[in-house]
Amino acid sequence: MKEYYELIVIGGGPAGLAAAISAKENGLNDILILERDQVLGGILNQCIHNGFGLHHFKEELTGPEYAERFIRELDGTGIDVMTDTMVLEITKDRTVCAVSPKYGYLTLKAGAVILAMGCRERTRGAISIPGTRPAGILTAGAAQRFVNIEGYMVGKRVVILGSGDIGLIMARRMTLEGAKVLACVEVMPYSGGLMRNIVQCLEDFGIPLYLSHTITDIRGKRRVEGVTVSKVDENRRPIPGTEIEFDCDTVLLSVGLIPENELSRQAGIPIDPRTNGPMVDESLQTQVPGIFACGNVLHVHDLVDYVSDEAARAGAAAAAFVKNGAANEGYRLVKTADNVGYTVPQKIAKDAQQVQIFFRVRRIFEESVIEVRSGETLLAKFKRTHMAPGEMERIALPKVLLDKAGDEITISAKEA
Amino acid sequence: MKQFVCIRCPRGCRVQIDETTLETTGNSCPRGAEYAKDELTNPTRTLTSTVIVENAVIRRCPVKTDRPIPKPIVEDAAKALDGMKIEAPVRTGQILVEHFMGTEANLVATRTIGKREDA
Amino acid sequence: MQVVYLIQRKRQRTGHEKGAAFACVRFEEGKELYDVVIIGCGVTGAAAAYELSKLQVSVMILEKENDVAMGTSRANSAIIHAGYDAPSGTLMARLNVEGNAMAEDLCKALDVPFKRIGSLVAAFDDYDEGVVRDLYERGIRNGVPGIRIIGPEETKKIEPNIAENVRCALYAPTAGIINPWEYTIALAETAVRNGAQLMRNAEVTAIARTQDGYCVTTTAGDVQAKYVVNAAGVFADKVHEMLLPPAFEIVPVRGEYDLLDRSEGTRCNTVVFQCPGPEGKGVLVSPTVHGNLIVGPSAEEIPDREDTATTAEVLAKVRERAKRAIPSVDLRQCIRNFAGVRANSRVDDFILLEEDGFVDLAGIKSPGLTAAPAIAKYAVELLRKAGLDAPEKEDFINERHVVHFAELDAEEQKALIEKNPAYGRVICRCNTVTEGEILDAIHSPIPPVSVDGIKRRCITGMGRCQGGFCGPRIVDILARELHTDPSKIVQDGTGSYILTGETKQGGERA
Repeated sequence: MKEYYELIVIGGGPAGLAAAISAKENGLNDILILERDQVLGGILNQCIHNGFGLHHFKEELTGPEYAERFIRELDGTGIDVMTDTMVLEITKDRTVCAVSPKYGYLTLKAGAVILAMGCRERTRGAISIPGTRPAGILTAGAAQRFVNIEGYMVGKRVVILGSGDIGLIMARRMTLEGAKVLACVEVMPYSGGLMRNIVQCLEDFGIPLYLSHTITDIRGKRRVEGVTVSKVDENRRPIPGTEIEFDCDTVLLSVGLIPENELSRQAGIPIDPRTNGPMVDESLQTQVPGIFACGNVLHVHDLVDYVSDEAARAGAAAAAFVKNGAANEGYRLVKTADNVGYTVPQKIAKDAQQVQIFFRVRRIFEESVIEVRSGETLLAKFKRTHMAPGEMERIALPKVLLDKAGDEITISAKEA
Repeated sequence: MKQFVCIRCPRGCRVQIDETTLETTGNSCPRGAEYAKDELTNPTRTLTSTVIVENAVIRRCPVKTDRPIPKPIVEDAAKALDGMKIEAPVRTGQILVEHFMGTEANLVATRTIGKREDA
Repeated sequence: MQVVYLIQRKRQRTGHEKGAAFACVRFEEGKELYDVVIIGCGVTGAAAAYELSKLQVSVMILEKENDVAMGTSRANSAIIHAGYDAPSGTLMARLNVEGNAMAEDLCKALDVPFKRIGSLVAAFDDYDEGVVRDLYERGIRNGVPGIRIIGPEETKKIEPNIAENVRCALYAPTAGIINPWEYTIALAETAVRNGAQLMRNAEVTAIARTQDGYCVTTTAGDVQAKYVVNAAGVFADKVHEMLLPPAFEIVPVRGEYDLLDRSEGTRCNTVVFQCPGPEGKGVLVSPTVHGNLIVGPSAEEIPDREDTATTAEVLAKVRERAKRAIPSVDLRQCIRNFAGVRANSRVDDFILLEEDGFVDLAGIKSPGLTAAPAIAKYAVELLRKAGLDAPEKEDFINERHVVHFAELDAEEQKALIEKNPAYGRVICRCNTVTEGEILDAIHSPIPPVSVDGIKRRCITGMGRCQGGFCGPRIVDILARELHTDPSKIVQDGTGSYILTGETKQGGERA
């Protein structure tokens, strides 16, 4: 068995697939994808709804279809794939240890590594929902796997906590499979999911969305028997006297996604506490040379099309690293100011060409403006008619503009 | 005037449409105008679901209508999939039911699923 | 025979009547007469079974749930206490110190995670300092090895994250942390491996005297035995009163906890207690044997003995108290809240009684987990006094080995996968638990039947994702190995169903 690859991609979901294909297109021949599941495609396999691919393929595809396009592209490329294989450790010098029933214990060396492990769902403990701990409380993603892949229903009367996209999508799926979805409850005054999903997953089926509400009690010893939902004040504290009781057997949680960076942390890769993903430069290289990151392990995306684009950039950059090694003239830091929660990348090489910066705003904006500054100098303004925390923003900065900046640039947002 | 949130892409434009002239504002592309007109006159949705697949390593095959179907029949269309069984192998895009629910749409598989080795 | 039982049950319903206890039931022909029946398989019952399985006696353990360690033993602070808390001269004080001393060898033999990390009782004001001195003196009287009062400098050296205003602390080097449910499982498994029998889903509904001893009626059938050990935890008084007049009262006290992610697991090095004070018993902050951090408990008398709900108000207070000792603890790293109900009583001691071959191991409050193996030895003494006369087994197997893949080095992992490829398939990502370990558990002496049963044996689903990823796969593996449909697999206790049926079956729609 081979012990060295030019590139090892960790994860065979949308990010890993696009990264590997792009690295191949950019001249690498010796690429391995390590995937922990039995099949490639990652979470897309259970996302059987449509709405994927409008940007990338200019048509509307379901999750499995979108994944399959990339999986088919692998054919004939000579890219090696090991499924059912779990990476246990990555080191700074790009040694990758993995195990699988078929290949046993593997120790592999790589010219470059791309992290594409995706993310996981926040759980009940992370948000401390009071009450009992019976069966029938699942993350929306776990429910999605049971319903769409395994073919089992997870409940009959459902309350969904959180209005993230997976929760909204599951509201529709559960309804179409015969369950009664009683409510979708969101602690924030706005939805965490895409507006189109509110419309086609809740409104289409008359499912009420309770904004500024949360679950304040779960009842039931063995299985969920009911929940109490309360309105919350501006500090997200429950307001006594506003309780609504729901008689339900199931609670689905859609309360956020967290990039899965245990391997990255172990490898000593610095993590940005705002994204929970590695700090990267514009080539998506982490602070450890030769290790790149893309997709939801880097920051949580709302569209897989953007994951694919980002992964393709990581693949190209990893290929350049393998061929040319690391070289740059120092960095400019990208900082956040008013109303901007984070940016990716967090730094930009001084010799970078056009750079795309991705970020999220902290609250909802209508007519508004994004400002890019360096010190006191306003470098650029971008107008927006609508921005929301649930929708990732993107701006492109050309080299001419970057050349005017000092050692730092700052991104902020405000009403126009 | 009626307002719709366009669902044709993730952008979610809020499109206003005049019910008599069918003139639209607020859409950032022609699909928004088209959507608002459809939503006003003949709302449609693409149905995605699963059907039982036999002799495969997995138990359910994801499916969709290959074009949107009238919104009022979506729930009945979902129910119509109960008990329906297909056999592996199946490939993405394979038509499982032509003129599904009497519409122009076909029901197609959205995942390629191989036959189970021992099947 | 049947008639007698009916009378027995009827009397039960109308409450205790003195006559009922002495109604004599004839021993049923052809049915096994066990030497000892143990009611309840928490840590106390399991330890009693373990101790009895060393002897040439037949033992039947009755458990009302579908697994062992389903009550207090699964939801507590997971501490092996040093022994300075209990009033001097009590059984509790003695058995605590004895149980502590037994833990190390027992855990080594039975492959149970245990770390003697020591404990601190930290003092932050005058009142606390007084308490620490009292505890120290009591500890000395109780025979706690190695305890001493240390000054602020030494305290900060041991616990760099302790609050700046710490005055002094009682340091007890023999205190430790343990996996409480694995302790229970290991004791019960070893008992079973040595011939004890376990009947699950067998809730005791009546107890009657027979010619030869006792007939214990359960929801899974009757069991006859010469001796009875009542280790029914929060229900010990109810079980006692099925046969005997009321002698004690169990006072259920609920304790709520936060369990924090491993990223907080090194926030402290020892078990950091605070002084019990006017606001109630001190809240502790401690690492767990799995590398997490535990914060809690509260103490609240509750009417429902199985009410393990958590509440926002109480947990808020627990967190506030925890911050008093370790201000830097990052409570946002919480991965789970839980609560356990402790079987307290109105007596400041364990209630260990014997009457005519019926032994109560009741009121096993904290430090019950620590004392359990010593309580078990004491129980055997009580049984011997009551006439149990049995020599020791010569072939007693005092060992248990569990593969923890994540704890092995690369070479060992490699060898293991070569031997059995199932060890190469990681099911729980957060804690790196393999399919091989899950299969080991399913085929162990007390096979788990639920997702949480696997969790208690393999630590699957105990990490950050709390079973989000591995839950569906464990349902699959359990269904496959138990030759049943996934929809029959429960999350935890009987009735905690996860799935409500198959999709696409045209079933009932809500």
